[in-house]
Amino acid sequence: MLETATAPKRTPFHPRHVALGAKMVPFAGHEMPIQYEGILTEHRTVRSGVGVFDVSHMGEIRLQGSAAAAYANRLVTNEAGALPKGKVVYTPMCLENGGIIDDLLVYESGPDRLLVVNAANFEKDIAWIRAHAPAGVTVVDENERTAQLAVQGPRAEAVVAQLYGDRARALDFYEAFEEGAGDDWTLVSRTGYTGEDGFEIYVRAPRALALWDRVFEAGKSEGIRPIGLGARDTLRLEMGYCLYGNDIDETTNPLEAGLAWTVRWDKDFIGRDALRRVKEAGVARRLLGLVLEGDRIARAGCEVRDQEKPIGRVTSGSIGISVGRPVAMAYLSGDAAKPGARVEAMTRGSSTPAVVTSRPIYRKGSVKSPKPRRPE
Amino acid sequence: MNVPKDLRYTKEHEWIRVEGGEATVGVTDYAQGELGDVIFVELPASGAKVTQMKSFGTIDAVKTVSDLFAPVTGQVTAVNTELKGNPALVNQSPYGKGWMVRIRVENPKELDALLSAEAYEKHLGAHA
Repeated sequence: MLETATAPKRTPFHPRHVALGAKMVPFAGHEMPIQYEGILTEHRTVRSGVGVFDVSHMGEIRLQGSAAAAYANRLVTNEAGALPKGKVVYTPMCLENGGIIDDLLVYESGPDRLLVVNAANFEKDIAWIRAHAPAGVTVVDENERTAQLAVQGPRAEAVVAQLYGDRARALDFYEAFEEGAGDDWTLVSRTGYTGEDGFEIYVRAPRALALWDRVFEAGKSEGIRPIGLGARDTLRLEMGYCLYGNDIDETTNPLEAGLAWTVRWDKDFIGRDALRRVKEAGVARRLLGLVLEGDRIARAGCEVRDQEKPIGRVTSGSIGISVGRPVAMAYLSGDAAKPGARVEAMTRGSSTPAVVTSRPIYRKGSVKSPKPRRPE
Repeated sequence: MNVPKDLRYTKEHEWIRVEGGEATVGVTDYAQGELGDVIFVELPASGAKVTQMKSFGTIDAVKTVSDLFAPVTGQVTAVNTELKGNPALVNQSPYGKGWMVRIRVENPKELDALLSAEAYEKHLGAHA
């Protein structure tokens, strides 16, 4: 049989991207807009006003049945079982050895749990989740039928409240509400990946284009603009949010990735024993921020040195557009693995001085807390 | 996309304008569009020697870094210092204010190896 290459999937918003002249690129099996006007402009729009991202490539998996909440709780490191109504939780999902399978959001949805996972990991995740599912849990693939827009920026509330009123205004960060059923189902979530206030709105694919048009109509007076995945990456990097495949993967664990705040030791979950051993031994390296001096960018893979001795590698790096300097994230070990330490990033064979920082690297976002996601 | 007729090109998307034994070099409109916002251009110092189709510098966009390849061999006689404070000139004016270096052409025969505007357009067509 002949093998055929799989064409990248298009999201329901594809016609709008084309009409707006977006530069489309293949990303995690999807054809996605990387930029419309330019990454610098788009980044600044989100920091100062409001922008809209098509994030329909993200994968939705619903756990149903009487044991859904308990099962979700066993799958992930953070609390996902006993959640108050409308609670959203950010959490890693780990292998038995503590390596990170994926990082995801878990939504309380009555007795169900809705998991939103990274596009590139969707097939792997749903296979893992199905393989471990106990009796009494049904695993439903809602990926294809779900579209998602992220409306992000200090002016996001003014826009989203025009569509959903006081219900949207009343949401705290990491809270959500659902309304409607069938094709009219909508989930409005006060979450994001930018460091700014914002909402993520989930609808069924047949309602996607109408949602896009309503959001842009409501945002007209706020100067709302479409934002591509390029700026999504520079925004999250300044916040020190992990990008799966760059900063975390199956060879990294939540403790060294700075995600210890998502690990609930007082419950049983896959990977707990391994992580407890890591905790007892102490982490060998830590994922930290870097701010570089000079103009050179430290890209993923760059070696980091402390007085000429290698102490780690950059996992993500670009220009910190709002920081005003090149920034990076890197796993570092040894004495220099602490905020304030001066190190050298090896960029193209020569060394560039850099200062180690905690995360977030950018601290002026409209979302103030770096760790708003822990259930009370 | 703008491909001026009076310039010559490399397959790596540099352009060159030769006036009296001196060549001005930059990257093409296509290149700047593909790169997106340019944030840093690292260039050799004036007086440095560059070699045809060897890297003479780098260009950082937000998402990627690319090598710059010298269209001809020779000594660098001038560097566009404006790019240090305003790398966006490469995006705004790739054939004008976004120029990068001037090179004293050592061997004019090397120019024969470069693409005409027509040939470069054809090369771009093959890309798309």
